[in-house]
Amino acid sequence: MWRALFDWVDSRLQIAPVLAFLRHKQVPVHRHFYWYYLGGITLFLFAIQVATGILLLLYYKPTAEAAFESVQYIITKVPFGWLVRSTHSWAANLMIFTAFLHLFSVFFLKSYRPPREMTWMSGMVLLFLAMGFGFSGYLLPWNELAFFATKVGTDITGAVPLVGGFMKTFLRGGEDVTGTTLTRFFGIHVAVLPMIFTSLLVAHLLMVQRQGMSTPFTSEGHTVPTPSREMPFFPNFFLREAVLWLGTLALLLYLSIFLPWELGVKVDPFASAPAGIRPEWFFTFMSQSLKYIPGTVLGMDGEVLGILGFGAGGAFLLLVPFLDWWAGKGRRHPFFTWAGIGIIAFMLTMITLAYVKPY
Amino acid sequence: MRVPDPCVGPGFTPGRGGRGAIRAVPAAPILAAAVVLGLLVAGREARALDQPAGEKPDTCVACHQAVGGPMAKPLEDRKADVHATKGVSCADCHGGDPSRMDMDSMKVKGFVGRPSRRDVPRLCARCHSDGARMRQTNPALRTDQFAQYQTSIHGKRLAGGDTKVAVCTDCHGVHSILPANHVQSRVHPVRVADTCGRCHGDAEYMKAYKIPTDQLALYRESVHGELLLKRQDLAAPTCSKCHGNHGAFPPEVTSIAGVCGQCHVINKDLFLESRHHTVFDRMKLPECVTCHSNHKIVRTSDDMVGVGEKGICIRCHAAGSPGYKAADQMGKMIAGLSAAVHKGEAKLAEAERAGMEVSDAKYEFQNARVALIKARNEVHVFAPDRLNKVVGPGIELAEKGFRAGQEALEELGYRKQWSLIPLAAILAVVVGLVLQIRRMEGGRG
Repeated sequence: MWRALFDWVDSRLQIAPVLAFLRHKQVPVHRHFYWYYLGGITLFLFAIQVATGILLLLYYKPTAEAAFESVQYIITKVPFGWLVRSTHSWAANLMIFTAFLHLFSVFFLKSYRPPREMTWMSGMVLLFLAMGFGFSGYLLPWNELAFFATKVGTDITGAVPLVGGFMKTFLRGGEDVTGTTLTRFFGIHVAVLPMIFTSLLVAHLLMVQRQGMSTPFTSEGHTVPTPSREMPFFPNFFLREAVLWLGTLALLLYLSIFLPWELGVKVDPFASAPAGIRPEWFFTFMSQSLKYIPGTVLGMDGEVLGILGFGAGGAFLLLVPFLDWWAGKGRRHPFFTWAGIGIIAFMLTMITLAYVKPY
Repeated sequence: MRVPDPCVGPGFTPGRGGRGAIRAVPAAPILAAAVVLGLLVAGREARALDQPAGEKPDTCVACHQAVGGPMAKPLEDRKADVHATKGVSCADCHGGDPSRMDMDSMKVKGFVGRPSRRDVPRLCARCHSDGARMRQTNPALRTDQFAQYQTSIHGKRLAGGDTKVAVCTDCHGVHSILPANHVQSRVHPVRVADTCGRCHGDAEYMKAYKIPTDQLALYRESVHGELLLKRQDLAAPTCSKCHGNHGAFPPEVTSIAGVCGQCHVINKDLFLESRHHTVFDRMKLPECVTCHSNHKIVRTSDDMVGVGEKGICIRCHAAGSPGYKAADQMGKMIAGLSAAVHKGEAKLAEAERAGMEVSDAKYEFQNARVALIKARNEVHVFAPDRLNKVVGPGIELAEKGFRAGQEALEELGYRKQWSLIPLAAILAVVVGLVLQIRRMEGGRG
């Protein structure tokens, strides 16, 4: 019966070649092979986000008057609403964490070298979009911490030269963070970003499938990988990935039940910001470092300089396939290795300080 | 050569506020002052009260400045004085002709010089009791201070010849008088107790009056003192709030509830409904003060109600008496409600710390706390059956909050227990997959 069904679909869509490709797809095996799983785990977490997000959409109300109460309703009255909401919050953070791990593993393995420049660049944009998801989603419960963190975050956006003012007003839907901002962020979070992200994700995955998995330099030189150095994608690699995906699911379940995500206090826009305001952890390396920059540096506004610095860092990462000319020749240049280490050290230090000694 | 003090008027009597013996004025500064005066433009008219300061020469200022030393101190003090800022000159209080440039400026009719303590209130009242005059500079200020002062203990004693009592300058200062709402004013609420305490806290000074002198020390230890002096909470009372300021007098025994009731309105109303009110007044017991004291009013606690070690009721009600039994009942009711509220609060806090959403229950729980406050007030009617009407519903609310917290924690417990099933299922699938992988790859080299 399954065969008959398959034949019926195949005769109309010609999917047999796709399946043949998957059946014959090979994954190189070497000592850095385990890093290959990170992309899949990130994809799995995104799927969790989509599923839980759709469930939350059934009850969430994106207005200043009802947002907080609707989330409260979800976690107190809707059956398993607490689980869906907590999973959505934890999975968001885990997804961005694994996305960063995936980014740095690809960076150090120099998988961005030709012919995979576009794959790398699409991945970088996907990371930026994921952080956009985090920023827009953080505001949706309309609680105190999120409101003031969004205020600070959009203020920083406003400091971007030339376009900052417009961006700030566009994001906020006005001069201040209000219910309009909430509705706008909701639209960005559930419609705009998913549309762009999904399109780019499909492109990213197609490129990965089309070009195959990159191998590190040490394994290079073999024009045809020997059978002992490869593994069939299906079922071997896929089953291993399934194990990790299930492990991730178990971790999510544990976190959602034993460390439920708190709702906080509903925002009072007229109250002053409570102590300890900070954005989500994946933005703290930026917000914390801005605190250490003096007000003016060489006649320039310190905050603007900091923002330009982040922009430069992001541009460096985005364009590294073109900057690291040596990688394309099969050589490691120490500058890029140390740059990567420096970026990680900087981020870890700033994130730690944001939680341990914010002032 | 001893030169008589030109500023000493007739009837000058040294007193507390006017401490400072007559001092011999050296000749040299006087001569210097004469030279200075000689340099001023002659022929100006004496300045009227309502003309702003500084427009016409003021020889009082010039001369006292030239003399220097203690004679110049009033000028220094006057810089921040509210009268000076409103254009009141030296002559407006002390008399004399500030336009004249010789010592004869003090020989004009109406020169007061240094007023006697007995004359100070009347001197100040010349302006401060004149509504028309005060309207020109501070229309909102009352003008009955002198009338009130005359009804006060201080005023009556002063009229009888006792100059040790407080006069205006003792509380408000002499030449550096600040508005009462200025934080550095001696009559600012935060500083009133210290001002009154300068006399009333001095045992030696107050010896003749045979009244206690520990009021300031006791007040500092009281809850009112802590709120006002340490936390700067201006809602807390100071001496003048209970005793009056210009009409200062200890409250009558039968009007103490009214005095305390200025702020503690509900307690006052309940007390006036109670049997204690008529009994206390008949026995001439000072209403609220009987249980709460007057100057050292400490923060109340639930222990005060009942027959325990710290119970106030047992000071009057002997064991076995109806009053004793009522006190015991009320003490137990309050303790029971308080315990229920604390228990409910703790359980909700525990549930919240565990990550459960209990904000609705916490919001409703506020009603239990309100019931406890109401019960503590209701004690003042001293009727157990009335108290029970507040305590009963309060305990129900507290228990409801406790149950909500309990249920939230039970729910958390179920979640943790039931999570083992899907976790076990996931683990089983993982084990199965691992075995499958090993089986698939076991035959390969």
